[in-house]
Amino acid sequence: MLELQNISFHADDKDILKNINLKIDDKFVAITGPNGSGKSTLLKVIMGIIKPTEGRVLFDGQDITDLEVYERANLGISFAFQQPVRFKGLKVKDLLSIAAGEGVDVSKDCKYLSAVGLCAKDYLNREINDTLSGGEMKRIEIAMAAARGGKLSLFDEPEAGIDLWSFQSLIKVFENLRRVTNGNIMIISHQERILEIADKIIYLKDGVVDRFDESAKIMSELNMGRYGCGCAYSQKEGACNG
Amino acid sequence: MDELEKRMLKEVAELDSLPVGAFNIRSNGESAGRCSTANIQIESRESGDGINVYFKDGTKNESCHIPVIISKSGHKECVYNDFFVGSDCDVVIVAGCGISNCGGHDSQHDGIHTFHIGKNSKVKYVEKHYGEGNGTGKRFMNPTTVVNLDEGATMEMDTSQIAGINDTYRITKAVLGPGATLIMHDKILTNFDQTAKAEITVELNGDDSVCDIVSRGVAKGESEQDVIIDIAGNAKCKGHAECDSIIMDKGVIVATPKLKATCVDASLIHEAAIGKIAGEQIIKLMTLGLNEQEAEQKIIEGFLR
Repeated sequence: MLELQNISFHADDKDILKNINLKIDDKFVAITGPNGSGKSTLLKVIMGIIKPTEGRVLFDGQDITDLEVYERANLGISFAFQQPVRFKGLKVKDLLSIAAGEGVDVSKDCKYLSAVGLCAKDYLNREINDTLSGGEMKRIEIAMAAARGGKLSLFDEPEAGIDLWSFQSLIKVFENLRRVTNGNIMIISHQERILEIADKIIYLKDGVVDRFDESAKIMSELNMGRYGCGCAYSQKEGACNG
Repeated sequence: MDELEKRMLKEVAELDSLPVGAFNIRSNGESAGRCSTANIQIESRESGDGINVYFKDGTKNESCHIPVIISKSGHKECVYNDFFVGSDCDVVIVAGCGISNCGGHDSQHDGIHTFHIGKNSKVKYVEKHYGEGNGTGKRFMNPTTVVNLDEGATMEMDTSQIAGINDTYRITKAVLGPGATLIMHDKILTNFDQTAKAEITVELNGDDSVCDIVSRGVAKGESEQDVIIDIAGNAKCKGHAECDSIIMDKGVIVATPKLKATCVDASLIHEAAIGKIAGEQIIKLMTLGLNEQEAEQKIIEGFLR
């Protein structure tokens, strides 16, 4: 359903992405790799937030390379930011209702929020401003992606900046999302438990797809130290074993 | 009341029909309806240029609507409304003015509202100003709000100018006694070549008095806004002012904070920020399916809520 053809992206005299070719039709795909390998850029190219310098993006057979972000959103692609955006004045219920593309439906909003461990009663009328913690923002961001319920949900490192307690429940959220969603999920993650529940893993290195294979295969190679250390992706929830 | 006037009433006071409780509706300088209740008495001023509204001690859970509509091009008026709220009250007062000017003459409403709020009373005050019409005549609105808060009294003000006023000069003056609280949310949207000036002055004269003033402005087109928030702490008090603005197109906003403390136990804070809509906010809403214009509209709508 998603095809990336010869995608390259140059910025500041650097090749961030180099001739990426991928065909993805799997339900749950994790993207991992060292910092600076181009993971976030790749996800933003799919959403249209970044225009590739070269190459085409195809979604369900349609060339979407020149489509705007909102046009891609309306085709069923959603995006959860690594650092969720805050808004003065807009409330959680406002964004959930935009995300769901319908008016406020408290029972549905309640479902989306409770799935990420938040009580609708406490959060629907909260402004999405500085009074929400980083962890709360992350959960709301994921709830919005769930509310959109698109064909392809993109998550940019949802575990980043989350404390360990919250992280445990976030894993459950993704396990649940994987089970119930009708669409496909692509998620940037360094966490073994997220990588384990993926069908396939894309391992990016220096802007190139180093590996794209079934999760079990890549995980066994990771555990054997095939990719060395130097980054957090091969460790269990942040503990570096060198 | 004709359809236009009914629509204006809906815009400024969110009324589809006559309100429950006390009300006074002023249309083109004349009374279009008045109702007093057992606890809220509305009387014309002897000078004929406004009303006095009296709230009996202990009046609770009652409201008073006093909307003003101007639909005759060229109508200009200066109205004085005084509110005398007794002690231990808990009431809502909804004001607001709408000017529809489809003619060639300038229309103007200057409303001077003075509140005397008694001990331990709580007043929620909502005031919305709105203009429309495609005539060459301009629409001017100059509200002055004077608030005197007695010991332990609380005033929560929600004031806004949402659209269509060519020029406005908005003055708010509040004096707080011991333990009194003033919470004010003021919102202004200007566009085209409109201008708006707002001066908010608060004197915290009583121990344990508190004020929280939030002013939000959006200047589009070539419009200009000038906002001054001036807080004086003359006792053991807390004052906070936040002046947040978004500029678009060629809009101009001047935000001037002024804090003065004459008591060592006064704690005063002012925050001010002016900037365009953050690009990441627009992108976020675009990922939810809104186009750029819809995203901007939604952000402003929330900002000025």
